Amino acid sequence: MSVSVDPTFVKPGQTQPAEALRPHAEHAFADELAVLAAQDDRPRPARWKLSPWAVATYLLGGTLPDGTAITPKYVGPRRIVEVAVSTLATDRALLLLGVPGTAKTWVSEHLAAAVSGDSTLLVQGTAGTPEEAIRYGWNYAQLLAHGPSRDALVPSPVMRAMGEGATVRVEELTRVPADVQDTLITILSEKTLPIPELGQEVQAVRGFNLIATANDRDRGVNELSSALRRRFNTVVLPLPASVDAEVDIVARRVDQIGRSLELPAVPHGVDEIRRVVTVFRELRDGITADGRTKLKSPSGTLSTAEAISVVTSGLALAAHFGDGVLRPGDLATGILGAVVRDPAADRVVWQEYLETVLRERDGWSDFYRACREVSA
Amino acid sequence: MTGIQESGRSAEDARWPLLLGVRHHGPGSARAVRAALEAARPRTVLIEGPPEADPLIPLAAGRDMRPPVALLAHAVDEPGRSAFWPMAEFSPEWVALRWALEQGVPARFIDLPATHTLAWEGRAEAGDGPAAEEGSDAPGGTLRVDPLGALAEAAGYDDAERWWEDVVEHRGAGGRDPLAPFAAVEEAMTAVRETHEGAEGDRDLVREAHMRLQVRAAQREFGGDAVAVVCGAWHVPALRRKAAVADDRALLKGLAKVRAELTWVPWTHRRLARDGGYGAGIDSPGWYAHLFGAPDRPVERWLTKVAGLLRAEDRLVSPAHVIEAVRLAGTLAALRGRPLPGLSETTDAVRAVLGDGSDVPLALVRDRLVVGDVLGEVPSGAPAVPLQRDLDRAQRRLRLKPEAAEREVELDLRKDTDAGRSGLLHRLRLLGVEWGEPVASRGSTGTFRETWRLRWEPELSVRVAEAGVWGTTVRAAATARAEADAVCARDLAGITALAERCLAAALPDALSVVMRVLADRAALDTDVGRLARALPALVRSLRYGDVRGTDTGALAEVATGLAERIFVGLPPACTGLDADAADEMRGHVDAVHGAVGLLAETAAPRGSTDPPPSATDGPLARHGDLRARWRAVLRTLSGRDRVAGVVRGRAVRLLLDDGEVGQEEAARLMGLALSPGTPPGDAAAWIEGFVGGGSGGGLLLVHDERLLALVDGWLTGVSAEAFTDVLPLLRRTFSAYEPGVRRTLGELVRRGPGERADAVGPGAGAPGFAAGLDQERADAVLPVVRLLLGLGGTSDDTPDDPSAGTSDDNSAGTSDDNSAGTSAGTSDDNSAGTSDGNSDDSLAGVGR
Repeated sequence: MSVSVDPTFVKPGQTQPAEALRPHAEHAFADELAVLAAQDDRPRPARWKLSPWAVATYLLGGTLPDGTAITPKYVGPRRIVEVAVSTLATDRALLLLGVPGTAKTWVSEHLAAAVSGDSTLLVQGTAGTPEEAIRYGWNYAQLLAHGPSRDALVPSPVMRAMGEGATVRVEELTRVPADVQDTLITILSEKTLPIPELGQEVQAVRGFNLIATANDRDRGVNELSSALRRRFNTVVLPLPASVDAEVDIVARRVDQIGRSLELPAVPHGVDEIRRVVTVFRELRDGITADGRTKLKSPSGTLSTAEAISVVTSGLALAAHFGDGVLRPGDLATGILGAVVRDPAADRVVWQEYLETVLRERDGWSDFYRACREVSA
Repeated sequence: MTGIQESGRSAEDARWPLLLGVRHHGPGSARAVRAALEAARPRTVLIEGPPEADPLIPLAAGRDMRPPVALLAHAVDEPGRSAFWPMAEFSPEWVALRWALEQGVPARFIDLPATHTLAWEGRAEAGDGPAAEEGSDAPGGTLRVDPLGALAEAAGYDDAERWWEDVVEHRGAGGRDPLAPFAAVEEAMTAVRETHEGAEGDRDLVREAHMRLQVRAAQREFGGDAVAVVCGAWHVPALRRKAAVADDRALLKGLAKVRAELTWVPWTHRRLARDGGYGAGIDSPGWYAHLFGAPDRPVERWLTKVAGLLRAEDRLVSPAHVIEAVRLAGTLAALRGRPLPGLSETTDAVRAVLGDGSDVPLALVRDRLVVGDVLGEVPSGAPAVPLQRDLDRAQRRLRLKPEAAEREVELDLRKDTDAGRSGLLHRLRLLGVEWGEPVASRGSTGTFRETWRLRWEPELSVRVAEAGVWGTTVRAAATARAEADAVCARDLAGITALAERCLAAALPDALSVVMRVLADRAALDTDVGRLARALPALVRSLRYGDVRGTDTGALAEVATGLAERIFVGLPPACTGLDADAADEMRGHVDAVHGAVGLLAETAAPRGSTDPPPSATDGPLARHGDLRARWRAVLRTLSGRDRVAGVVRGRAVRLLLDDGEVGQEEAARLMGLALSPGTPPGDAAAWIEGFVGGGSGGGLLLVHDERLLALVDGWLTGVSAEAFTDVLPLLRRTFSAYEPGVRRTLGELVRRGPGERADAVGPGAGAPGFAAGLDQERADAVLPVVRLLLGLGGTSDDTPDDPSAGTSDDNSAGTSDDNSAGTSAGTSDDNSAGTSDGNSDDSLAGVGR
């Protein structure tokens, strides 16, 4: 029996277990990163593995001079990636905002992988994130045995990134309690982290930067203070630009989830998914797809992620209680639940939408009737 | 990068005539033109533009002439046919003009005369005017290939505008040779035109022939090395080409002509922008003006301006923000391989750094700075605007003289001339020219009659001149003005009023815009009260439009949409109201009821007499069930306990009047509302809603003693302390009745309600009448009644028929209590019924 470390406790970024469920970006796309680095002759900021131009190419995809094809990691407006990379190059912190399902985490991971070659310096923001997760903690055995010293200090990912000149990521920054968020202010403006217990400080090395992601439309978040907000350049990741793109995303994710939940296979009819996506998009944008009628928007976010869950639960309903085919009736309840978050105002919005838009629409009468039935 | 840096020439060996190919409204071109003129010092400057404007050139030197302005050419006999040559401060043409005036060098316009252009205009389809052509450097209307696009593509750019900006407009003043860029542009354009041989439109060839002749004439006059030409880059190779004079003259032979006049008119940045009216083809006039005006560091200055604007709007923007935005814009430009941050880089930087990633502040920046609110000025010496001319013609045609003395005219809109007069006066009012003032008609109040008080004040001429910015004809100007007003209007009522005015002024084009704005506003408005206020006016317009013979399809569609929104929003809005709000809401319910009736009525005959186009088919077809849906809403209202009493009572009454609810059912609902459990105040409010407010409720009580008995029974049951509370409300309700009705009611009550137990149904029970109905004698009245009501011969839907009115189908019996009414109200089912057994307890000993 060999004494080995349990693979799930591998120190992040050191070795990569072959059977990891999901490899880190820098491992999964190591080849592309290597090719880019080899052919990258543009100036690189200090401690960047690639030039800003190459980082943008890595995310947006393209063909290199020698013909190597780089797969696009982010499909969306070019502007978004360009602004994000430029922000990091001007050593400003980057805040990625967006509703669920807009690839915030995905973009931040790939940015960190391309810029610093390491996407594992990560702070998971939760309502219980302590200050130690951003500054430093103590190894109490050491502390008691030898008193305060650098050895007794347990650095946070942020502190390590400062020392190494790397990119650190903070996920779900708005979930972090406000007082803990504020520890970032000095780090971002002074680029230094004082350790008063030792009378020392950690100064950030050139190349240090921070990418935070946050959801700006969820309820119950801790709004960023304006002092902290000022230290970030903000990029809002948009929802899918077209109905087709969104239908595609929803259909793909629904298939994956269906498989992993081992739902009985139900032909999910792209038409029904398209209807759900259309309803969500129209209500979210406050305008009908043909651009002719304006609408009130309900208070919910109606993100792509919610559309996915509506379709998934519709499929489950159809499989277990229906006739095995996804019908409007299976979706109506889910849609109602997603749209009507505020029972008074949203209900009016929804009924207005039903009566003034859906009732008239050709080929939607079954859908309209199903929605009307559950809304009455 | 394809910069235009090196070109071995210098000012000495410039090729004459000096051909300065520019992009119209390009600030970089403007700077380059000025530098080139300074360096070469020609003795005359020729500019692409209508030669008839030559006498107007000196006006450009005046101090009260402030760009943006436009040269406006219009056909004398037809002011609606016009063309514009807009010039901003940063237009190369304007710069050349000013340089010539400052240096005392003669300047001339050399394009094809407007007299031909306008005649041409008449033949070409609308929208392909010289204004459009002037604007885009690629004369897209006549030429299929885009020359700049071809060049940009060759340089590896996907956007031609951006390429031009990078290589020409954003070039700093660093180049040593001011003529070099023009030589390079000429070379490039020559190459493009060689590749696209034959792609020039007919009009281009003619224009270029004319310009060549003019250049030649100028060379003869001023000498071979003294002539500079400022024209679109596209034309440069053609002007350089040696062509036989005879050929050029041949091309110009036999061109159509119209009598044209030119003048300067003030212009705005918004109109230079692509999305406004006669666009000049640039979407960022404000940014260009900034580039042209900023002495140095354009990006820093621009972002400081943006910060100032955002601060004025109470956004927190510190100098540190501006610094970071400048850095980000610079890095972005480098990443994108551009020599200098352009508008897109600064916009991205503003969004990410100053705007917290949001597009909302950006919209503001775009509106105020990128486009900008700059309004030009023209000296008063400029010739009269065509609007005045159009007005003169209209006045002559309609025999309506402007007179200083006040007089009243009465117009019969059924006559063509009078309708024209009314339209003109309404249009002028829209334009702020208050020549006529509508006054209440004496005598007839029909919708086809209007009375106006006319008085022409001298300052109205000034108003007409001011209104000239909106268009060249009264109609076009009023349309443009109404559209602009609609977009800026603050509230729904304002827009409906505007819609009424547009109808009166017979401006169908403006009406469609107004309707779109109205539909948008209505969709976003959450206050049912405002919607309910807007609907009656809209329906009124609809009927009025019918009188005028205007197409009101769009109007009907919007009105229907508005009604639908009210139907959805009304029930939740009627709950939890205090007394005043409830009274107001009752007014809204009444107004909507009337409007829905009118709306359904207006739509019905139209649908049957002339089949409407398919676009309006939907809404019109839906009018039929509009009433049914409104009744469903009323039912919901009448059955919901949380709805204010006065509204509930009113809803029941309206349903009763429509014959939708029978007397039995009404009595049941009244019994419920007045049952002992209901707070007395609420019950009194219900009574007020049901029979109050001058709606003939008194007669209803006189004729249906059962209802009276219910009120009477309830009132005697009210406790002493509650009685004083409800007394004012009841007094208000009953004092509104006619004295005769009040007396009859008093007598009935004194006699005691139980006396005439068999009195059920209308017509029975009033003193002095027989107990039953004499069918024969009643029938004799019917033809006259029909005639009075204009019902014609058919009588299948006569609610006035006494026998039909009472024989409601009340068969479907549910024996539940309160909830029966509620569920009936929410479903569309019309035959929601009542049961006698259910209301027995409250009716016991009264009705039977």
